Amino acid sequence: MSNSSAPSSSRIMSTRNACTGHALRGGGSAVIDMENMDDTSGSSFEDMGEMHQRMKEEEEDEAEGETGTAEEEDGEFLGMKGLRGQLGRQVADQMWRVGKRQASRAFSLYANIDILRPYFDVEPVQVRARLLESMIPVKMINFPQKIAGELYGPLMLVFTLVAILLHGMKTSDTIIREGTLMGTAIGTCFGYWLGVSSFIYFLAYLCNAQITMVQMLSLLGYGLFGHCITLFVTYNIHFHSLFYIFWLGVGGLSTLRMVAVLVSRTVGHTQRLILCGTLAALHMLFLLYLHFAYHKVVEGILDTLEGPNMPPFQRVARDIPVVSNAVLNTTAKAVALTL
Amino acid sequence: MRDLKAVGKKFVHVMYPKKSSALLRDWDLWGPLVLCVSLALMLQGGAADSKDDGGPQFAEVFVIIWFGAVVITLNSKLLGGTISFFQSLCVLGYCVLPLTVAMLVCRLVLLAGNGTVSFIIRLIVVVAMFAWSTLASTAFLADSQPPNRKALVVYPIFLFYFVISWMILTFTPQ
Repeated sequence: MSNSSAPSSSRIMSTRNACTGHALRGGGSAVIDMENMDDTSGSSFEDMGEMHQRMKEEEEDEAEGETGTAEEEDGEFLGMKGLRGQLGRQVADQMWRVGKRQASRAFSLYANIDILRPYFDVEPVQVRARLLESMIPVKMINFPQKIAGELYGPLMLVFTLVAILLHGMKTSDTIIREGTLMGTAIGTCFGYWLGVSSFIYFLAYLCNAQITMVQMLSLLGYGLFGHCITLFVTYNIHFHSLFYIFWLGVGGLSTLRMVAVLVSRTVGHTQRLILCGTLAALHMLFLLYLHFAYHKVVEGILDTLEGPNMPPFQRVARDIPVVSNAVLNTTAKAVALTL
Repeated sequence: MRDLKAVGKKFVHVMYPKKSSALLRDWDLWGPLVLCVSLALMLQGGAADSKDDGGPQFAEVFVIIWFGAVVITLNSKLLGGTISFFQSLCVLGYCVLPLTVAMLVCRLVLLAGNGTVSFIIRLIVVVAMFAWSTLASTAFLADSQPPNRKALVVYPIFLFYFVISWMILTFTPQ
């Protein structure tokens, strides 16, 4: 009986395999190749995980078909004791299989890096074009502008910013007590990119703007290109006025581009104002912070160059009692005169 | 003994990068581990004064190298590379060898003095070794990529070795 059931079950499995289509071969690979999928929208991931799991189980069932029959014969030979042991073993086997199925489904769904593969599908020409475009504000704000949902460019820009920041920190002899230079740099840059993106995405949700999370990450990431250029130049050429020119010019251009794209995707004046004001403020203030936070010794060098008698820069509130007393006396006299 | 010989052969392959597939076929992580540990140890002595933490600690260098290698590997796989995860880690780890040699040379030069001349010598040595590292790893890894995306894979490798060489160059023992 057991022997005759095996070929019919394998026939059923082979027809089921044929129905799932040529792209889903049960070849035993743990990673689903996204390029063979026509539909790359988010909802199909669960379906793919489900189908993939079913395919793997069919393979295992086929393999276990032969060993299962041997175990059944063994149990019948041993009589009652064999049957009870057989039952216990089957229950344990069933539970193990259910648990394993759930765990592998979760694993194949979330630990699959192919989920990110569509966002890295770029050509070098495209990356270069997008980098240059991120500095050019768009004119047409009545029509929703297209944002490429790509993560390669932004990720590389964040890492470049980390490298530039490290260089700036080292040349200014920044002292980090609790932590390391590298940790601070990575934490600052990634924290800004991910944190501000999420915050603006949340605001965009409140203000009914049409933008997805990946698009926001991409937009803000490319906006860091201006920051990279500014910091690269001003960490090496130390002039305050140069920094302010770059801050307004380069930083302002990239902020204007981001703001224009967001405005084109939002309806309503109040919403546009809230969203774009927040983004502009955060973006420009971040550049200001990056420049001034790692600038101590450089300012000291500038002061000693300009005036040999001036001490190095100290962030101490200077109290000039003579002036304040004089001011106090004159105001008191003025008040007394008017009364 | 057989493993040691394999590791030694791979070191030779890195110093004279030809288009051979020995590094890729039999990957192992012994060489990268030894290089990473020795580089981290040599980069350590720069913070004798506990108040002024001027040098990277052991854990920092270790984490940077391995985390950076993992990120580059993930990036090259996502861009459509045909190389496996550990093969890529192996190549990137082995190509740290020129930079370890540069670190050794820098330490010897710093024993002699800390002036402008020593800085220029160190700069030249580190830049040369950085270029060698990048070229060696590119020679091994770029073949596994689609031909029009090589620049996208080379750039993170360039950044990775740039950060390591910057750490080596700015190292000043107390």
